[in-house]
Amino acid sequence: MNNRLQRMSALIRKEFIQIRRDPSSLLIAFVLPVILLFLYGFGVSLDAKEVKIGVTLQDPGKEGNGLAAAFLASPYFRARISHDEGLLEQELVAGRLRGLVVIPENFSRLVEKGGGAARLQVIADGSEANTANYVQNYAQGVVNTWWAMHQRDHGLPSQKGVQLMTRIWFNPELTSRNSLLPGALAIIMAIIGTLLTALVVAREWERGTMEALMATPVAISELIIGKLLPYFILGMLAMLGSVAISVTLFDLPFRGSLPALLLSSGAFLLAALGQGLLISSAAKNQFIAAMVALITGFLPAFLLSGFIFEIASMPPMVRALTHIIPARYLVTNLQTLFLVGDVWSLLLPNVGILLLLAAVLFFLTARKTVKRLR
Amino acid sequence: MADDSLVIKGLSYSYGAHLVPALAELSATIRPGIVTGLVGPDGAGKTTLMRLMTALLLPTSGRLTVFGLDTGTSADQLHEIIGYMPQKFGLYEDLSVIQNLRLYADLRNVPESGRQQLFARLLAFTGLESFQKRLAGRLSGGMKQKLGLACALIRKPRLLLLDEPSVGVDPVSRRELWRMVQELVDKETAVIWSTAYLDEAELCQEVLLLDGGRLLFAGPPGQLTERVADRCFLVQGISGNRRQVLARALQLQEVQDGIVQGQNVRIVLRAGQNQPTLSLLNAGADAYLTPVPPRFEDAYVDALGGGPGGNSALAAAMAPLPNDQAITVEAKGLTKRFGDFIAAQDVSFAIRRGEIFGLLGPNGAGKSTTFKMMCGLLWPTSGTGRVVGLDLQQAPGQARSHLGYMAQKFSLYGDLSVRQNLDFFSGIYGLAGARQKETVTRMIDIFGLHPHLSDSAKDLPLGFKQRLALACSVMHEPAVLFLDEPTSGVDPLTRREFWTHINGLVEHGVTVLVTTHFMDEAEYCDRIGLVYRGRMIATGPPDELKSQAQSPQIPYPTLEEAFIALLQQWDASHEELPS
Amino acid sequence: MFNRIRALIIKELLALLRDKKSRMVLIVPPLVQLFIFSFAATQEVKNQTLAILNQDHGGPAWTLEQDFTAAATFSKVIRLQRPEEIPAVINEQQAIAVLWIPPDFSRDLARGQAPQVSFILDGRKTNAAQIVQGYGVRIINSYRDKLAAGTGQQSGVTLVARNWFNPNLDFRWFTVPSLVCILTTVIGLIVTGLSVAREREMGTFEQLLVSPLHPLEILVGKALPALLVAMAEGGLIVLIGVFLLQVPFNGSLPLLFASMGVFLLAIIGVGLFVSSLAMTQQQAVLGSFLFLVPATILSGFASPIENMPHWLQTISYANPLRYFMTIARGIFLKDIPAAVVWGQTWPMAIIACVTLSMATWLFKKRME
Repeated sequence: MNNRLQRMSALIRKEFIQIRRDPSSLLIAFVLPVILLFLYGFGVSLDAKEVKIGVTLQDPGKEGNGLAAAFLASPYFRARISHDEGLLEQELVAGRLRGLVVIPENFSRLVEKGGGAARLQVIADGSEANTANYVQNYAQGVVNTWWAMHQRDHGLPSQKGVQLMTRIWFNPELTSRNSLLPGALAIIMAIIGTLLTALVVAREWERGTMEALMATPVAISELIIGKLLPYFILGMLAMLGSVAISVTLFDLPFRGSLPALLLSSGAFLLAALGQGLLISSAAKNQFIAAMVALITGFLPAFLLSGFIFEIASMPPMVRALTHIIPARYLVTNLQTLFLVGDVWSLLLPNVGILLLLAAVLFFLTARKTVKRLR
Repeated sequence: MADDSLVIKGLSYSYGAHLVPALAELSATIRPGIVTGLVGPDGAGKTTLMRLMTALLLPTSGRLTVFGLDTGTSADQLHEIIGYMPQKFGLYEDLSVIQNLRLYADLRNVPESGRQQLFARLLAFTGLESFQKRLAGRLSGGMKQKLGLACALIRKPRLLLLDEPSVGVDPVSRRELWRMVQELVDKETAVIWSTAYLDEAELCQEVLLLDGGRLLFAGPPGQLTERVADRCFLVQGISGNRRQVLARALQLQEVQDGIVQGQNVRIVLRAGQNQPTLSLLNAGADAYLTPVPPRFEDAYVDALGGGPGGNSALAAAMAPLPNDQAITVEAKGLTKRFGDFIAAQDVSFAIRRGEIFGLLGPNGAGKSTTFKMMCGLLWPTSGTGRVVGLDLQQAPGQARSHLGYMAQKFSLYGDLSVRQNLDFFSGIYGLAGARQKETVTRMIDIFGLHPHLSDSAKDLPLGFKQRLALACSVMHEPAVLFLDEPTSGVDPLTRREFWTHINGLVEHGVTVLVTTHFMDEAEYCDRIGLVYRGRMIATGPPDELKSQAQSPQIPYPTLEEAFIALLQQWDASHEELPS
Repeated sequence: MFNRIRALIIKELLALLRDKKSRMVLIVPPLVQLFIFSFAATQEVKNQTLAILNQDHGGPAWTLEQDFTAAATFSKVIRLQRPEEIPAVINEQQAIAVLWIPPDFSRDLARGQAPQVSFILDGRKTNAAQIVQGYGVRIINSYRDKLAAGTGQQSGVTLVARNWFNPNLDFRWFTVPSLVCILTTVIGLIVTGLSVAREREMGTFEQLLVSPLHPLEILVGKALPALLVAMAEGGLIVLIGVFLLQVPFNGSLPLLFASMGVFLLAIIGVGLFVSSLAMTQQQAVLGSFLFLVPATILSGFASPIENMPHWLQTISYANPLRYFMTIARGIFLKDIPAAVVWGQTWPMAIIACVTLSMATWLFKKRME
């Protein structure tokens, strides 16, 4: 047992020296996370503010002008008003406007009659599908507010009916960064766990050091732990650093506890490292290992983890596939830890699934790796 | 049986069911207490056999036992008693010398006590004491090899396996390594040393000679050389052209094999043949035959049925260049600095048309820097290089169009077929239309490439790869050929074929600049430039260098001995001077 | 000179297509990405679960509940009994939203008072919450209109929403043109990025350098094959997108390919730059990755450029992908006129000049 410990600690020590001296490890483990964090923190935002729209004002009347003014005043829109419908349509085609509001000729007259028959049109640029949704929602909001004001100004009884009180929990302003950054962290972890591990093992094969190791009394389990532990520690450090940056620089709340964070990211890292080891036991060449790691590690973490794209909206086949993507569980756990808190009833099952995935991956790796060259 | 350390019985190995087996029906025994050479050209199965011995591969059929341990069932115990140095030395390039040693000591569970003495002894033994903190990746080839050996020796192994430790390593380091291994061998240790160099094989007490996965010979090398005893001669006192003498000799029915050795020609007769009539060689009036002791290589070529003939169809198809003795390659005061480090300092030489000039020198001495500057791959810090009178810096394109280049690894496009490679290389040298087609067809005919035309270059047998590489570098009929270790790792027959072509081309007026670690290859040169510590320390014909190195201890030095002696002389004369 | 370049181009194409590894890299990942992306990359919100806590048992409340459960967005409904159940349902992400109808809803409505209905959303999923909120407002509005019509009361102004170019806001129509941009970028970058590095590793690069080829010829010989391969692959993606994935193509194909050529030159310049810098294929892959990720994020694919902070929008003007993204979507869906295409093409031409000359400069410098 003592011998095993000596061999293992030697392997781990060696790995740390290599990490310190290899620029590409440092690049992947420390520079890339910071770049990604900044890109997602600043670059990706679903908070549509100042959407550029055009207002075609065909109605010379008072009400039409009033509504147009309401669009101009809205913080959600940057509106341009014109009487020439054709001109604005060209701007919409050229992509300089995201939507058009058409206030028709008889609008004021109909409103003065009581409003029942007054119709407005909002045309959104469907080629930016998500923005189109926002244009519709915001336009509805502007019209509703304007109508309420109108009725009050005219001394009309405010409309009887139902009021919808929307309350958004955890993220009242609906700042998209609050949900995107936890997702970006999952991508960073996936890159470190899968890509880096796959690369460093493939490098040992390419440089012939694996062959020399295998001719020594080192056992396979020692080799695997010797690779696993250093990159596990590296991944945890990168995670803690990224969380610190998110909280201090990007003002994200962190409502969970440290143990819950360590547990979730630890379980995820085990699965990601298992995946990296499995890849490298099959691909003994850095180039192929990198390609496979990108396709099976990075892309799913980006696409199928529910971080930008809604899993529930995917077709059933793809939805089924997301269940074996470790990043999916980490995204949920991180979003919860940042914004909600320690919801153990949600966190624990996810950790359990991650550990199960990790166990399966390690089992496959151990079965595939024998102390042989082929 | 009891004292055999390694027993191989009916061993076969195949990398895939449909592939030609890498090893077929091998049986042999290896004794402890001696160095056993595992000899054969690239692709003979040496590395496969090594990996089978370390239990990193399992035999497809047959058995292999090491000190009674079967590799199939007792791999773990086996790994406790072997030391293995794979081809790439198995070193971690980003760990320092001492960190590498410590790692392997831990992996082999060397106890902490006594470790200091062990490391000190190994470092002294390998001469690496002053490099302990240096990263392994920054060591020279020779030093890496010594460190690799030290790592394999960390816990005195009962079986030491060295896979081609001398590839790409200069003669000085090779000798030192050999000395170290000899010192190690005691009654219990078995050492297996694989090599493509036949002169190394000659030094082993026993050899296993492999070719194409088959065992050609097993036993003391002397037993094989005995077969060609009394059949080896040196044609000395040649007054004509020794290359033409060789070509004529190889035409003779009596002659089995021949090579150029400095000013002389070495020939091996066929079994049962009488000495050839000297006049047929047209070697001049003073020529005479001297019987010489046989070498392992003579016997090896004999065992394979003799070398190729002496005529080069390639040269025959080429229009002769004017025989004007003009200087075609010239280096004037070439100097290259990398920061503070001076890789080459004031190197000058001139090569005449139809001359073979060899650049020799230890690893890191500045030989390849000089060679690269002459090809235009590196810009000199100062000085000029000219090819057929054209300055490589001022008219690089023009100068390069007169230049043919062939590198060590036969830089062919592995994924392109033979024909596509020919089309490509003729194309970038500006051949087009009918002339291109005709040239490509001629090359295919000359080198017999027909059967492989649509094969990918990477799948070719080694000999064909070399032919194709040569074809690609001479299609534009260059006046100058630059060869960078052209036959490293190649078997003697392929090497002879290669030199037949080169000799033929030289006879037609092509100038050749060659770098090599191979003393055999150096013997073909008309003149040799010895590069050491960034300077050209000696130039002259091989025989002249040998006589320069003569001393009472070595009255008749070989070229390798001369090489080493000259380096030592230079070191001695420069130590006295304050640097 | 022409012959020499032709030989280089043929060699480069053969080397790409004959090698199993590079064939795999060229064909498999782009197609996998095309299919997975076009199915998975959707910001539509469907198949959501709604939790309803209806404490009122009157008819109007039931109608309102019906209106919500009938909405296409919600495929599953959980019914709650007590307000205390709400936190768990949201916290554990059993539902994206809770509709809470208070006990006196029907009574208040009958009395002519305006009852309040609560709609609680999970803010962890910002985009989904935002859109579900919009749906909620629309459902309530139409419910109100229904009530008003029943009582003969005046309802408010009606907003008729239409989407041009993509009437049903099918997200795939947005994804596929974007993928034409991203995947041609990947191909152009990888082919050029790896080409020099691979030759360096195999030792054939020196062979090229000692031939009479001028460095500029070598660069052209590397750039053109990459351009050809990337254009071909771009064409393939357009075909698959239009015929297999049923995305409309309304604009001019020649305009698309002309602008794609300019775009790819800019990308190939980057690829050659990375390639001249990298000593090994692995470094080339990492280098390309370091360009690819920011370029994709700042292209307007993951989120609109106008949502970014202003300084970042300024930086994105240097990103060729941003312009081509606008062109591709415009040509596919909007049939944008040549003048608009030109307005997005000339900036790419300038970028191409810069990247290509930087690559040439570095390439020559590395050879000395």
